[in-house]
Amino acid sequence: MQLPDAETLCADLVRQLRGHVTPDTGMVGIHTGGAWLAERLHQELAFAVPLGLLDISFYRDDYRKSGLHKSVRASKIPFDVNGRHLLLVDDVLYTGRTVRAAMNELFDYGRPESIRLVALVDRGERQLPICPQFVGTGLTVPKGSMLRLDRDEAGRLTLRLDA
Amino acid sequence: MSANPQLNAKGGLAHLLTLEGLPREIIVHILDTATSFVGVTEREVKKVPLLRGISVFNLFFESSTRTRTTFEIAAKRLSADVINLNISTSSTSKGESLLDTVDNLSAMQADMFVVRHAQSGAAHLIARHAGTHQHVINAGDGRHAHPTQGLLDAYTIRHYKRDFTALSVAIVGDILHSRVARSLVHALNILGTPDVRVIGPQTLLPAGVESLGVRVFHDMRKGLAGADVIVMLRLQNERMRGPLLPSAQEFNKSYGLTPEKLAVAKPDAIVMHPGPMNRGVEIDSSVADGVQSVILPQVTFGIAVRMAVMSILGGS
Amino acid sequence: MTPRIHIRGGRLVDPKHGLDAQRDLYVADARVVGAGAAPDGFRADRTIDATGLVVAPGLVDLAARLREPGLEYKATLESEMLAAVAGGVTSLACPPDTDPPLDEPGLVEMLTRRARSLNLAKVYPVGALTAKLEGERLTEMAELADHGCVAFSQADAPITDTQVLWRALQYAATFGFAVWLRPEDPHLARNGVAHDGDFATRLGLPGIPAIAETVAVATILELVRATGTRVHLCRLSTADGVAMVRAAKRDRMPVTCDVAAHHLHLSDLDIGYFDSHAHVVPPFRSGRDRDALRAGVADGTIDAVCSDHTPVDEDAKQTPFGESEPGATGLELLLPLALKWGEEARVPLAGALAAVTSSPARVLGIDAGHLGVGAPGDVCVFDPAAHFRVAADTLRSQGKNTPYLGYELPGVVRFTLVRGDVRYEARGERR
Repeated sequence: MQLPDAETLCADLVRQLRGHVTPDTGMVGIHTGGAWLAERLHQELAFAVPLGLLDISFYRDDYRKSGLHKSVRASKIPFDVNGRHLLLVDDVLYTGRTVRAAMNELFDYGRPESIRLVALVDRGERQLPICPQFVGTGLTVPKGSMLRLDRDEAGRLTLRLDA
Repeated sequence: MSANPQLNAKGGLAHLLTLEGLPREIIVHILDTATSFVGVTEREVKKVPLLRGISVFNLFFESSTRTRTTFEIAAKRLSADVINLNISTSSTSKGESLLDTVDNLSAMQADMFVVRHAQSGAAHLIARHAGTHQHVINAGDGRHAHPTQGLLDAYTIRHYKRDFTALSVAIVGDILHSRVARSLVHALNILGTPDVRVIGPQTLLPAGVESLGVRVFHDMRKGLAGADVIVMLRLQNERMRGPLLPSAQEFNKSYGLTPEKLAVAKPDAIVMHPGPMNRGVEIDSSVADGVQSVILPQVTFGIAVRMAVMSILGGS
Repeated sequence: MTPRIHIRGGRLVDPKHGLDAQRDLYVADARVVGAGAAPDGFRADRTIDATGLVVAPGLVDLAARLREPGLEYKATLESEMLAAVAGGVTSLACPPDTDPPLDEPGLVEMLTRRARSLNLAKVYPVGALTAKLEGERLTEMAELADHGCVAFSQADAPITDTQVLWRALQYAATFGFAVWLRPEDPHLARNGVAHDGDFATRLGLPGIPAIAETVAVATILELVRATGTRVHLCRLSTADGVAMVRAAKRDRMPVTCDVAAHHLHLSDLDIGYFDSHAHVVPPFRSGRDRDALRAGVADGTIDAVCSDHTPVDEDAKQTPFGESEPGATGLELLLPLALKWGEEARVPLAGALAAVTSSPARVLGIDAGHLGVGAPGDVCVFDPAAHFRVAADTLRSQGKNTPYLGYELPGVVRFTLVRGDVRYEARGERR
């Protein structure tokens, strides 16, 4: 199937977010795809607060079934979460479980004033009551396939579908 | 001979009994995971929910407040329930065998056993009898192994020195009785350290120690020359005077780490000690508290490494 | 009156008489009465078809612990004597470390009487050399010998006082008694549980260095030189120990020695992941030591291979290695392990069998281990081509403790005759 151009979607998100970013707003990207997207958005929107990155391996709900993920990156939130408005960034919003885990982890850092969700693609099929505030596009994807974001050496973002 | 009792059918880690024979990827995975946990220990909420609902039983047949406490902290930071059992020798002399003790505890829904025992092979025995969803972590068995200590020592070395393949590491002291030394040697060899040295008098070096993959030195100055890492081992009180050694003073003279002996190592060499230290015996206070000493960070890394081990086992 | 038995069509191997040929055997009145041709007028009450089987002298085992008196929870005389005949063993020497030790005529008498009443293998008690095996006071050796002791020993108990050892040897020599000693210096062996070498270092097991054996062998040989006592060294385990005995024999010293069958095939590596079944005394040593033991049996330096049968209950093995009770069951493995050694060492069958028949009989000084006319009717008929799987359910001994669990070993005993009577017959056989 024909996949939308990630760069175009990204530029569209930048447009949507402009005006919603204050000097105190924090952005947190979820590894790995969400982190790449957040790095781009953070730079384009000239945030004053440094970027936070989350690895949700320790908060996933499938630990008993699948074990610990093979490569775990360190989470790093270089700002105080308490009382802050946050933008949480993920590449593909699907069942909602990743976002659930990320929010649990964020609350272990402190109590944010608000969290708004930014997603490049919303492919639907939610299993939890989670919804995004900023979306690049909705997309229906064949059942059983995985939609992922890639980034090449030059930093260019593309969407990829794995069967 | 039977398959590696630590690995499950898929080659994943089912128990941590010894570092010997572990694939390099598994050790690196543990160290990498530990890095993430160091971050957790630095934030306000030091817990993650990974082991919620899991019961970790600390089975210490040999008492040790330090090690037991770090395992307890590690387990609690993973949100596990922790039960501490200090089984002194007088209890076991009441007749309950090791395996009976383990069976009774299994009946209480134990998921993970952290075992310290005075006999080499005790953790292997328990692992052989463990149920399919139970995991055994060896917290020290006799002289044989102390794998989490070996891992935290490797983590410390990696933190300060990065590349194992360019290092000279010297381990000094009572190698004969040391499970810490054995585990560290295995870790270093598996991680590709080209020059691992052991330094001590003949009475404190086990038979055939070279076969572990080390170079033997009796002269400490020669053994420390150009070393990047120096690991000092604790000398037990009961060994200081007897057929193995005449006195603590003589040991310190030949094998204690003084500033003057430290100077023959590389200027940026790090000094490690698994603790607890005998100041003035194996290590002078000025060295233990000096700039090259990384003894205190070792403790922090120890918690993160044990969290990594438990979280990898808990999910396998 | 025992039945007259004709063992027909088998391969008769009698190492003492240099015989290995297709020959029938005739047994009557508790004795061998003919080999080859039937004696005049012999009419068999029973004929055993030994086609494809080897007909050998009943095995003579220099060390089998029967655990009676005193240690009946580990095994009983009955269970172990059944294991013996199932293993083709018709004569066995039992060490004095029963509970209480065999240091009084009454105890020896009780044991021999019990054994005789079971009418299975013949038991030759080895008496204690010192009272309670404590290494201080001599036992009444002459009295014990009158009651059936064939030699005197300390079993595994050390004599730390060399004055006592010297005097004990002198006293035994006075009467021409043989003294059996397991050479191990207790101070050098103290706290050790495995061979002091690379593998024990790897496993963190306290070691028993080879010098623990060689220092003791040297001491004993010097004392033999001084006293002229006939000494039998039990359970050699080191290459250097074998070399010392070889030199002593060259000097014509009255020394013999044995090795446990399980030491012929295993080394310290077989402890593996702390398998307590591999916890034995003396310990399994290096591959080099094992090879020297094998060479020692081949060149006759080592006179006999014995089972060192030591039944241990599983509870005492299911503990950490260093806390486990040492010992391996062995009566039913003596023949298979000897055969396996013979095959691998390319020694003719008669040579392999000599180590478990005629040679140990010579050490014991008994008329056994051969099938000449007039010999006792102790016969082992076995299938050299069949294999037996070592498992708890195939072993008759109460001791299931062996490092050979799971092994397939050659040599299955089909019939065992003691005193001219069939005392063991393999299930499913009716020939």
